[in-house]
Amino acid sequence: MGILERMMSKSEQKKVYKKLSKSSIIVNLSVIFVIFIVLNTLINTGVLNRYYSTILVLILVAIIMSTSLNIGTGFLGQLILGHAGFMAIGAYTAALIGIALNDVIVNDFLFISRNLIIFVIAGSGAMFTASIAGLLVGTPALRLRGDYLGIMTLGFGEIVRVIITNLEITNGAQGLMGIPRLMTFPIAFWTTVIVVLIIYLFMSSRHGRAILSIREDEIASESVGINITKYKIMGFVLASLFGGLGGAVFAFQGGFLAPVSFGFIKSVEIFVIVVLGGMGSISGAIIAAIILTFLPELLREFDQYRLLLYSGLLVVTMLFRPQGLMGTKELDPKKQIRKVYRFIKKIIKKDINKGSDL
Amino acid sequence: MAILEVNDLTIKFGGLTAVDNFNIKVEDNELVGLIGPNGAGKTTVFNLLTGVYEPTDGTIFIDGKNTKGKKPSQIVMLGSSRTFQNIRLFKEMSVLDNIKVAYHNEMTYNLLSSIIKNKKFKEEEARANMVAIELLSVFGLEGYKEELAKNLPYGKQRKLEIARALATNPKLLLLDEPAAGMNPQETEELMDTIKLVKDRFKVSVLLIEHDMKLVMGICERIVVIDYGKIIAKGSPQEIRKNKDVIKAYLGE
Amino acid sequence: MDVELFIKQIINSLNTGSIYALVAIGYTMVYGIIRLINFAHGEIMMFGAYFAFIIATSIPVGLPFFVIVLVSMALAALMGILTEKIAYKKLRTAPRISALITAIGMSLFLQNLAQLIFGANPKVMPQVISNEPIMFGNIAVPQVMMYTISMSIGIMILLTLFVKKTRAGKAMRAVSQDKEAAMLMGININGIISLTFAIGSALGALGGIFYSIAYSQVYPTLGVMTGLKAFIAAVFGGIGNIGGAMIGGYAIGFIETMTKGYISSRWSDAIVFGVLILILLFKPSGILGKNVKEKV
Repeated sequence: MGILERMMSKSEQKKVYKKLSKSSIIVNLSVIFVIFIVLNTLINTGVLNRYYSTILVLILVAIIMSTSLNIGTGFLGQLILGHAGFMAIGAYTAALIGIALNDVIVNDFLFISRNLIIFVIAGSGAMFTASIAGLLVGTPALRLRGDYLGIMTLGFGEIVRVIITNLEITNGAQGLMGIPRLMTFPIAFWTTVIVVLIIYLFMSSRHGRAILSIREDEIASESVGINITKYKIMGFVLASLFGGLGGAVFAFQGGFLAPVSFGFIKSVEIFVIVVLGGMGSISGAIIAAIILTFLPELLREFDQYRLLLYSGLLVVTMLFRPQGLMGTKELDPKKQIRKVYRFIKKIIKKDINKGSDL
Repeated sequence: MAILEVNDLTIKFGGLTAVDNFNIKVEDNELVGLIGPNGAGKTTVFNLLTGVYEPTDGTIFIDGKNTKGKKPSQIVMLGSSRTFQNIRLFKEMSVLDNIKVAYHNEMTYNLLSSIIKNKKFKEEEARANMVAIELLSVFGLEGYKEELAKNLPYGKQRKLEIARALATNPKLLLLDEPAAGMNPQETEELMDTIKLVKDRFKVSVLLIEHDMKLVMGICERIVVIDYGKIIAKGSPQEIRKNKDVIKAYLGE
Repeated sequence: MDVELFIKQIINSLNTGSIYALVAIGYTMVYGIIRLINFAHGEIMMFGAYFAFIIATSIPVGLPFFVIVLVSMALAALMGILTEKIAYKKLRTAPRISALITAIGMSLFLQNLAQLIFGANPKVMPQVISNEPIMFGNIAVPQVMMYTISMSIGIMILLTLFVKKTRAGKAMRAVSQDKEAAMLMGININGIISLTFAIGSALGALGGIFYSIAYSQVYPTLGVMTGLKAFIAAVFGGIGNIGGAMIGGYAIGFIETMTKGYISSRWSDAIVFGVLILILLFKPSGILGKNVKEKV
């Protein structure tokens, strides 16, 4: 007999079930759709020039990288300082597949553009290799705790960088050239939306809760029957899988890859986004990714002071807001819309009341 | 059949024998107290029963199944569940989610279902919600379901931990000093709660406690250990009069 | 096998190892006291080298090597203390990750500060030590190596004595064991933490100076790779353990020099990081470290 049957009859259960099953995702999706239409129109009409559309795609890459790392660091609570390693593996895999397919797939298939076809194939390859790497590194590494895991992943990231610097197929330190630049804003945008959505849905399932509980207290988590080894590895592999996909988007954006782009500093950059956004907040990671990718561009006027300001701001933020922008909270567009709606309603009511006074 | 059967349980840490030839049997729907002076090895017994430590010797059967070589999470699935001396809640998660985490293994939907949100996902999640809300109302916590666990007052945190343990659908509940840090009134309340849980959920309870009023008041049987060894067993009345027990507590 | 070459490689690895050991001590001491991986330590090392560079180039009278070194070490010590006071002190009770990010932020900040002040291009370090090698039979050993190895070993002996025998050293160990208990015993925690940063930074600066003389250049990112490897050395020996950092430093120096000399210089970094990963997998607490298990 289940625990529920010890408390409730079947007919009572049915009543409560009806009350509980409703979905709230549609509002948020329509907000996303509006954002897409606006940005896409701005790009197509040339209001946003090539420079800005490039930055937009780079922001999207940063969002994928930080929301994916957020699974491992924010939700699972593990210190991961080698996320750029997975990004690199994904980027190079996708680039090599893309170069190979560029001459094979020449035409659009029905209404699907060839860019999309190549990206889907190459992106899947990127996710595959990155997640295999995640499995190979994560399985032994996740026995370690805290700082030690951080050091281990840092070591992994550096090894990946040294390997791609020395391999022939990656064209070593000179970098890989001739990657088809097939990344368009819509592809990057919807890839990001899908990644974020999957992560969000995953986190609100029993699997996501299990991962959160490990961050909170491993021993308690085990004591209620969570297989912590399994879920740690699952979290780590998912993080690396989407990290690889972020790398793929990046590869097809620039058309050129060099090992120096994937050093320790890159891992730190992604990590900083997650911490600044608020560990374990998806919307926080997104907001921080936008700000931190855009900020260096805004600071371009100060050129030589740019990185000094960036790092100074980082220290100051940590000193005064160590929990990050959002803490563990989420920004829910639906709630915000409702707030605005209520606000407007209040104003209108006031006006009407005033009107009746006159 | 006994829910818990422990034979000759022994664990040694280096030269120290923390638990020495410990035997206990807990029957269906029975409430047993495990008492002893500080450092007697009570929590170590719990850690052995729940698989946190591996015994040097001896066997543990939960609901007739041997726990040897099983991880703590697998032992939970055999039907035992515990609370901790120094409350271990999922502090940054909501009260409701604390319970739903513990309901994890009663659900079966896979990764894909959680993303496509199919019927199975919705049904099982709704069921989990129901379980959680019902359990919370048993403990008078339903008004706090959206609160973060860390924001609950101390006594309610203790209750939440027991509720969470129950969500794993256990046959045996192991409570490690549930009244620690409570005032007399809260302890009184807790006694009622434990009795209620035992009757309503038909579980067996094994509890470690220092509060003699609680132990004597609700336990049907009491086991006393000192220096890792059982020094007395019996009803509360018998234990109260036992010379060895008095000596262990008061010294010679 | 060429014996002469082998002996040369041994001397080389002692030299590199000494530098790693000096820098690793700073990482390990700070970790021992406040459980923080002080990512900015590599930058303190770099600044130490720049201090020496400034003193050596700006003062026309050829100052003795020891004066240059001592002044630079003192400046670096001050810098270390300031870093702690400004960036880390407030975060002692904050989540560990916030402190770590701050350390990373400080590291980037100091790096960019150096770039702003001194420019991104490497500067040529003046030859403050005579570059006439000393001959041991057929083997020529550069004087700077002699200095590096002997001074490092000397200083490490002094440090060990300091930590073991003096009151301040004992207080330092007490703080690293249990901060609260140490405070209750009347130990000035802030003072001890400052002292730790001062010693670690001074030794790091010394490492940076030797490094820059050996390669006769100073540049803003000098502390990054060397710092990272010194950090690996600290982990190798058991982070938090001073003796471990010394052993780790020489071990990493040996592994790196030998792989560069006999296997491949391109892959030497990968091999060093591979060693790090192996150590973490099989003995995460390092050679001299202890395993601590969480109490239930």
